Amino acid sequence: MNSVHDMGGMDGMGPIQVEKNEPVFHERWEGRVIAMRRAMAATRQIPASARPAIESITAADYLRMSYYERMFTALVEQLVESSQVTRAEIESGKPAKGSAKAIHALTASEAATLPFRVPPVMLSVAVNPRFQAGQRVRARNLHPVSHTRLPRYARGRTGVIERDRGVQAFPDTNVLSLGEKPQHVYSVRFAARELWGERASPRDAVFIDMWEDYLETA
Amino acid sequence: MDSTRRTFLTVSGAVAAENVAHAQGHDHDHVHQAVPSDLTLRVKALESLLVEKGLVDRAALDALVNTYEHKVGPRNGARIVARAWVDPNYKRRLLANGTAAIAELGYSGEQGADLTVVENTPKVHNLIVCTLCSCYPWPVLGLPPVWYKSAPYRSRAVIDPRGVLHEFGTELAEDVEVHVWDSTAEERYMVLPERPAGTEKLNEEALAALVSRDAMLGMVKIAPPKEGRP
Repeated sequence: MNSVHDMGGMDGMGPIQVEKNEPVFHERWEGRVIAMRRAMAATRQIPASARPAIESITAADYLRMSYYERMFTALVEQLVESSQVTRAEIESGKPAKGSAKAIHALTASEAATLPFRVPPVMLSVAVNPRFQAGQRVRARNLHPVSHTRLPRYARGRTGVIERDRGVQAFPDTNVLSLGEKPQHVYSVRFAARELWGERASPRDAVFIDMWEDYLETA
Repeated sequence: MDSTRRTFLTVSGAVAAENVAHAQGHDHDHVHQAVPSDLTLRVKALESLLVEKGLVDRAALDALVNTYEHKVGPRNGARIVARAWVDPNYKRRLLANGTAAIAELGYSGEQGADLTVVENTPKVHNLIVCTLCSCYPWPVLGLPPVWYKSAPYRSRAVIDPRGVLHEFGTELAEDVEVHVWDSTAEERYMVLPERPAGTEKLNEEALAALVSRDAMLGMVKIAPPKEGRP
């Protein structure tokens, strides 16, 4: 989606504000939100990725909300979409009469080890890579209306394959349950001037990880 | 609601609002809300609903919050950096395969399945960002700070890295290459900062104490230790 979350290269977002000795959570509810999200994703009660739901938040709201408020908003949407709760239950704060109780929630002992378990990212599927390190490639001019990891600022730009990161599921189809579409992911080096023209230093570069479907031979 | 309860809510609400205002850098010239924030109530209501429906277990949520607050954080990354500074073989392994090398020191997990460590040198300065979201190497740095997740940083880091670095007090010579790593996929990044001069006699623990979160994101260089202090 070409929505406001894809903000690389935008001007006008204001100064960067750094807080000294920042706590992990500023308010208790923030920790509860991320914990609910991780716990329910771990038991597959909601989708593994919150990102499609976060990216669907209207631009004005997205910019107004804090990170954890966006996560909370997305959590509610995904709970309803996954039929775990109804909007009426959210409104009333009470389970509907006669609604079934879930069979399995993440337990405390499972939760204690969850953050330290490494989720499988690489797929053990043999797929031939289309590109090799050192090869010139162009990011395709794609504008999908759903989730993508191809940032707008790279589209149509030419770079060089830095390295092959192996075979992974393609998020554009995977988050829509249209299949994993396993393919190679590459670290691609773009000269800063190729992306930003004269505004950038001639020595600088931006490295972007790109799925093969985002790339074409240059 | 009795008056004692009302007083408690007034105080906790004001503290919470102040925390938010502080995080956003507001001036304190407005009246804070004197009741718990809307989000406090909404999140509490959602948690109660999910517990009643058997979808979450409160003790599991407590365990996750405890991990994020106390078990992951930049101290983990600092230990990695210090080890790489004192052990050239470890450094080689770390730069070749970050995930495997941090596992040697006992670190692994979510948002760190594939970790790439990039080395700052006198000629190359690396900077980490996630323009699309807020991807961050949790096993070594913990959860990201607010500024890293903010629109100002995410929008500017790729187009104006030298301007961003200037705001963090980091000035780079023209002939230094700035490499910005945009974490768009599953790969997570950490910077191996340059070891400062004057630290030859420090042991690994003292070295780790010098390493800041911001240095491991490439925002700052690590200053040499001051006289009389490690």
